[in-house]
Amino acid sequence: MKMRVELDVHHLTRVEGHGNIVVRVRDGKLQEARWDVVETPRYFEAILKGKHYTMAAPLTSRICGICSLGHQLASLRATENAFGITVPPAAEKLRLLAKHAETLQSHALHVFFLAAPDFFAVPSVLPLVETHPDLVQTAVRIKGAANYLAKEVAGRAVHPVSLHVGGVQAIPKDLRALRDAMSHALEDLRSVVPVFQQIELPDFKRETEFVSLEANGSYPWIGGNVVSTDGVKKKEEQYLEVTNEYLDKHNTSKWAKLSRESYAVGALARFNNSSHRLEPEAQELAKLLGLQPVSHNPYHNNIAQLVECVHVVIESIRLIDELEEMRGEPTMCEVKPVKGQGVGAVEVPRGILFHHYTYDAEGRIKKANCIIPTTQNNANIHHDMSDLVEWSVERGKNSQEIELLCSMLVRAYDPCISCSVH
Amino acid sequence: MKYLGIEPKVLRIGVFDFTGCEGCELQLANKEDSLLAFLTAIQIVNFREISSDLGQNYDIALVEGSITRSDEFARIIKIRRQAKVLVALGSCACFGGVNAQKNAFNLVDVNREVYGNSPRETLPARAIHEVVQVDMEIPGCPVNKEEVERIVQHLIWDIPWSFPAYPVCLECKQRFTTCAFEHGQLCLGPITRGGCNAPCPAGGTGCWGCRGPTEEPNYQEFFTLAREKGFTDLEVSERLAFFGGFEGVK
Repeated sequence: MKMRVELDVHHLTRVEGHGNIVVRVRDGKLQEARWDVVETPRYFEAILKGKHYTMAAPLTSRICGICSLGHQLASLRATENAFGITVPPAAEKLRLLAKHAETLQSHALHVFFLAAPDFFAVPSVLPLVETHPDLVQTAVRIKGAANYLAKEVAGRAVHPVSLHVGGVQAIPKDLRALRDAMSHALEDLRSVVPVFQQIELPDFKRETEFVSLEANGSYPWIGGNVVSTDGVKKKEEQYLEVTNEYLDKHNTSKWAKLSRESYAVGALARFNNSSHRLEPEAQELAKLLGLQPVSHNPYHNNIAQLVECVHVVIESIRLIDELEEMRGEPTMCEVKPVKGQGVGAVEVPRGILFHHYTYDAEGRIKKANCIIPTTQNNANIHHDMSDLVEWSVERGKNSQEIELLCSMLVRAYDPCISCSVH
Repeated sequence: MKYLGIEPKVLRIGVFDFTGCEGCELQLANKEDSLLAFLTAIQIVNFREISSDLGQNYDIALVEGSITRSDEFARIIKIRRQAKVLVALGSCACFGGVNAQKNAFNLVDVNREVYGNSPRETLPARAIHEVVQVDMEIPGCPVNKEEVERIVQHLIWDIPWSFPAYPVCLECKQRFTTCAFEHGQLCLGPITRGGCNAPCPAGGTGCWGCRGPTEEPNYQEFFTLAREKGFTDLEVSERLAFFGGFEGVK
C-alpha cells in the first residue's frame, strides 16, 4: 500500500508550552518527522547579568511555573557552591522534602491529568470526572497532598517564598499533619495501581543514552555526579561536557547531545540508572507494572513517574520523622558573597537541571547559564519521532493513529517547553 | 441546578498562554479542596495546557503571559474578538512581569548572550493592555487561586468586583506576621495592592510587589522608610522594577 501522511500539529495540547509536530510520509516512506519547539524566548541568562545574589532564585523561579521549586533549589545550590556555603543539616532535609513535594505534584499532574486522557481515549481529564470519578478524586487528593506539603515547607507551591540562600525559613510547626497527608497519599497511590496494570502502552523502543545524577547510597535528587547508561561519569561542575548544547534552525530551544546524537533525562533516566536505589515498595511496583532497567521505551516514562511518586512519598515520611527529632536546630546559616563561580545540579521532575553563576566580590552575577531538562530531551524526542513514524508505517497505522502516537510520545516526556526555551 | 431559585450562569471559559511560565494556569488546577467544584461551576471550552478539545465558543478569555513576538499579536487580537470579557491573568499579562526586565537591555546584546550569532525574533515585552483592550486584570506572580475563584463567582452572579484598596501590609498584621523590615528585609508591602494574603513575608521574604501599586500609595514615605532602614536607592529601584507593576515610580 502506498501510504501518505501529512501531519501539522500546531501547538500540541496537554503539554506545558508551545511545540509543533510535523510529519511527512510519501509512498510509505518517511520524508521527515520533526518536533519543533516554537516557544517565545525570555532571555533569562541575559536578565540575570548584574543581579544581586538575593534576586537569582526569585528570578529563575519564574522560568517555570511547574518546576519553580526545582529552579530555586538549583539556583540556591549554584550560589552556595560559589560562596563556599554548606547549609545546616535540617535545611538540607527540608529542601529535599520540598523537592519531593514538587516531584509528587508534578508527576501526579502529568500522569493523571495530562497523559491519562490518552489511555482512556478522551480529550481531557474533564470527561473522566463523570466516567471515572474515583480515579479523578484520588488523583486530586494526591496532588492536593503534594501541594500542601510544598506550601508548609516552602511557603507556597508555585514560586515558593521560604527557600533562601543559606537555608530554609523554618521547620513547619505541624509535622504530624504533614506525615498524615503523606500516609494518605501513599494509600491513594496504592489504590490506583490496578488502573495502571490495565493500561497498555505502545510497544515502541529506540535505543538511546539515559543521563541522570548519581547519589551516594540513595536515589539521586540534589547534587552528585552526572552518569549515563553509556558509561559516562562527570562531576557536577563538568556539566558542560555532558550537555554540549547546539542550535537547530527549527527550534527556539537549544538541543543537547553526549555520546550519541541525543540523550534523555527524567524519571525513566533516573530509573534506568538508579532503580536499585528506590524504596523496596517502589521497586516492586516497577516489577508489577513490567518496568525493568534499562527500558528504551519512551512511553515507560509515565510508569517511572508513578514508581517515583511511591518512592518520594515513603522517603518524605522518613524525612518528616527525622525533622521531628531535629526541632530547635538551625535552618539558616550566615551568607557572605565571595568572588567566584558555582554550579547547582538538581533532579527536577523532568530530569537534571543545571544552574551556573559567576559572581563578582559584591555578590552580583557576571555570567549565568541555565540548562533545562526539556532542553536536553528535545533532540531525543525529535529523533524518537522519526523512528516512531517508521515503526507505525510498518505496522500499517493510519494517519490519525500516527498523530496520536506522536502526540503521546511528546507527552510521555512531560515536556516543560517554556522552561526549555526560557 | 438552581440556587435559592436562581439559575446560575454557566460561563464558557477559554484559557490562553503567551510569553510566561504558565504558573498562573497551573494555579487554576491547584487549590484541590475546591477544584472539582470550581470545574463544575464553569465550562472550560478551550484550555490547551490541559485539554485537546479546543472550542472557539467562549465568553471569558483568561490570558496569561506577555506579548513578545509578532505572531503573538495576531493570536491575542483573534482571542479579543471572540471573547466577551478578556481577563489578564497574572503579573506578566498585567504589567509585562519579569519578562519586561529584558526591556532595560539592548535586545541585540540580549540575543547574542543567549543565541550567539543566530538571534531569534523578540520584541520588547508588553502587557496585554498595551496590545488589546482588557476588561479586568488579576495581578500576582502567581495569581492567588482563592481570589480567582471569588472573581469567577462574582462573574457568575453578576456582582461587581473590586480589589482591596489596602496594601499587603494590612494582611501581614491580620496574620500576625512580624514585619519584614524588622528582619532586616526590604519589603514593598506598604505600597503593594493587598488581596494575596501576604504569603511572602510569612515565608521570610519581603514583598516584591507582584500585584502592583495599592490605591493611593505613599511613595515618599516609603522611600524615606527604606532609606532609614539602610536600603540603597539601587536596591529599592531594582525591587520596584522586578515585576513591572511600578513602572515610572522613582
